[in-house]
Amino acid sequence: MASAHSIPSIEERFEFTSGAKQKLLIGGAIGLALVLIGAFLLANGSGHEAAHGAEHAEGAAHHTSNWMTRIWANIWVNSVYFTGISVIGLFFISYNYLAQSGWSVVFKRIPEAMPAFLPVTGIIMLITFFAAGHDLFHWTHEGLYEVGGPEYDPIIAGKQGFLNTPFFLARLVFYFVSWYMLWKVIRNASLQEDEIGGVDMYNKSVKFGTAFLVVFAVTSSTSAWDFVMSIDTHWFSTMFGWYTLASWHVSGLAVITLTVVTLREMGYLKAVNSSHLRDLGKFVFAFSIFWTYVWFAQFLLIYYANLPEETIYYKERFTGFGGIFKAPFFINLFLNFFFPFLVLMTRDAKATHSILKVACWSVLIGHYFDFYTNIMPGTVGANAGFGPVEFGFIILFTCAFIWFVSAQLAKANLIPKNHPMLEESLHHDIA
Amino acid sequence: MHVTSSVRPPLITGGKTYADVTEDICRQVEGKPTKEWKIAFTISVIVLAYGTACLFWTWWEGLGVWGLNKTVGWAWDITNFVWWVGIGHAGTLISAILLLFRQKWRTSINRAAEAMTIFAVLCAASFILMHMGRPWLAYWALPLPNAFGSLWVNFNSPLVWDVFAISTYFSVSLVFWYIGLIPDLATIRDRAQNKVSRYIYGTLAMGWNGSAKTWARYEYISLILAGLSTPLVLSVHTIVSMDFATSVIPGWHTTIFPPYFVAGAIFSGFAMVQNLMLITRVVYRLEDYITLEHIESMNKVITLTGSIVGVAYLTEFFIAWYSGVEYESYAFINRATGPYWWAYWTMMTCNVISPQLFWSRSIRRSVTWTFFISVIVNIGMWFERFVIIVTSLHRDYLPSSWAMFSPTMYDIGDYIFSFGFFFTLFLLFSKYLPVINMAEVKSVIRSSSEKLPAKVAGVAKGERVANPTFNKDAE
Repeated sequence: MASAHSIPSIEERFEFTSGAKQKLLIGGAIGLALVLIGAFLLANGSGHEAAHGAEHAEGAAHHTSNWMTRIWANIWVNSVYFTGISVIGLFFISYNYLAQSGWSVVFKRIPEAMPAFLPVTGIIMLITFFAAGHDLFHWTHEGLYEVGGPEYDPIIAGKQGFLNTPFFLARLVFYFVSWYMLWKVIRNASLQEDEIGGVDMYNKSVKFGTAFLVVFAVTSSTSAWDFVMSIDTHWFSTMFGWYTLASWHVSGLAVITLTVVTLREMGYLKAVNSSHLRDLGKFVFAFSIFWTYVWFAQFLLIYYANLPEETIYYKERFTGFGGIFKAPFFINLFLNFFFPFLVLMTRDAKATHSILKVACWSVLIGHYFDFYTNIMPGTVGANAGFGPVEFGFIILFTCAFIWFVSAQLAKANLIPKNHPMLEESLHHDIA
Repeated sequence: MHVTSSVRPPLITGGKTYADVTEDICRQVEGKPTKEWKIAFTISVIVLAYGTACLFWTWWEGLGVWGLNKTVGWAWDITNFVWWVGIGHAGTLISAILLLFRQKWRTSINRAAEAMTIFAVLCAASFILMHMGRPWLAYWALPLPNAFGSLWVNFNSPLVWDVFAISTYFSVSLVFWYIGLIPDLATIRDRAQNKVSRYIYGTLAMGWNGSAKTWARYEYISLILAGLSTPLVLSVHTIVSMDFATSVIPGWHTTIFPPYFVAGAIFSGFAMVQNLMLITRVVYRLEDYITLEHIESMNKVITLTGSIVGVAYLTEFFIAWYSGVEYESYAFINRATGPYWWAYWTMMTCNVISPQLFWSRSIRRSVTWTFFISVIVNIGMWFERFVIIVTSLHRDYLPSSWAMFSPTMYDIGDYIFSFGFFFTLFLLFSKYLPVINMAEVKSVIRSSSEKLPAKVAGVAKGERVANPTFNKDAE
């Protein structure tokens, strides 16, 4: 702590080295190879196909799942997950502006870089919906809406005003376009501030950040209904939007924290001190508890009221499909609540790199499983599993995400040197 | 070294010194009660007396004096209960969550907001006792060993969770508030001019001596209590919402209830804080401490939480349709268009639309508008609970049991009781205790004053310091 009052230079530029690029490319190649190997194994009938026949009766509402569905479902899980992480970067920036927060300025370029990945997941999700919408989204089947037809489902037909392909696509496009455009405005304002200084860009960012929060207040919920809840088409929960937001939020915070720690270990962000780290740790700690609160409130109310149309959701995840989702269901709770709760509890833990890393990885892996348990049962059901395909896609998406964020970070000074709150942040001291 | 950015608006105006803070805030504690205070207090006590008479009759005669019927078995009693608990939430949010977020503007308002919390929770608890009908058996809600055989509280019931949640919340809030008071009580003790007040404030100050060690302890315990209170802010209203949401009544059973109730609680609580603070700052001439900046910040919180509540309303409405559950859909359409449409639209207008006016900077910095909208918000939040409770109940599953609720004078009188009770307590507080935390305001003077006086410490004026009758050094 002796150096707490000597402020290191704020002129720092992140270099996205060719070595790092090479590593990411190798990582991506490994991911791709795993996906291909996994796909080959699945297509040739090994893996979890054995459970297929026995359990299929439970997922009667779904079409015959084949191995391609599992591939698409994996793409969807990862896309939803990384979309969330990316957009949370902007969410974090926006509420920090609105709340006039000063402490976070020194590492603000990191959340600011995260939404750069949005176009990637947006395009992937569009393609996926066109290519495999029928396999992933039960409600896209036209027969469900034909009165008197063999497949007619009056409940799903009642949702047609919302769940129909044109409206769904319009929403999907709207989410990505509005998020991305608002990010562009805020990001450009931030970059311009580096050049010209003053408080105009700051005021502009407050304004557009608030505009984003208004947009996100609605779209965070509706996108959660679209991307995840509509997969289990009959099922509904008013909490679901906020539940998904809580999941995205804590994952985004974990990515921010992990990136700050990693950059520090690479010799960057010397101006980030232990007070910043502790506050980041507190955010991850607090919002992992918040996610658990939302998760538990939703679970408890459905469990307690015990209405069949609601409990089926947990029933499927608990005992359905031969119980294959029971493990991810509990892994989810363990990694997202118990582990970070215990590990991040003490004061010093939150300022210790190694502990922050362990806790953030726990949260990140945990929330992958959160989306996994929400998406897989309704899409692949008994054919789900965790093998080379799942692992490969995680690696692939992670490498791509790191690539885009790194490229974005390299575009500007790592510390927003003319931000009017920067001095506060550089002297942040909560000892 | 802490730095305050130049874009941050100042929180204290008038170039106050530490001595000024003490003088300005102790003035009303040490002076004689003003005429305004006496009038307000008399009115409160009269209201309380009337309410007490109504309450006495409710208990004497039984709950039959209320307008409840076989279909609507819960109405104003629980509406009032939830309303008051909700109001309490702002105090804890300000004292605990804003402390964790190191929001300096909380220092001028936390004391009064916490006091409001405690009194509001007492009012809420009074409705629990009221609707028990036989308050002398209230201890049956506690898991005490008893001589009634296997009689034990039903731990499966959210009403029992409520008993634990509210009593925990009350205890922690009281301790938090009291510990925050101790340094200020010591200041008043040291300035006391007669034996009685020196004895009373001295006892309450628990031997505070202002040493570095006591301050360190003060800060530790504040943080610990803030850490304890933060989950309580969420848990209390979560459990209150579960009183409804665990059931299978259409309109009650919806999973968004817990966080949405919490947001609504903070929303109404801030509105009540605004009402109380706007009056206090004028009557006690505290405009330099509770500035337009504070009012604006609180209005922003009101807009935020009001919008969260609005999103929740729309979500509920949407999912009621989306679910395809006809009972649920009916419950919501009936709310908006049925016989209680006026209650529903009052709620919508007051809670969702009115706070949106605060998007205008001039409105959210206007004292008159703020006061007006805050009253509107609290009316809206009362109607919200009324809508949830009564509209869901008045349409029974059996259409032959459909009924309406009309309040009797005892429903109204018992509600009036809580107002009398609340304002009597609040007026006593605002006379005999410092309404602003002097010690904590002093801690932000250096960083957040509009202009710093040449000597921050200042020179104590007035006879109390120049000529203290009971100087501690003299003993």
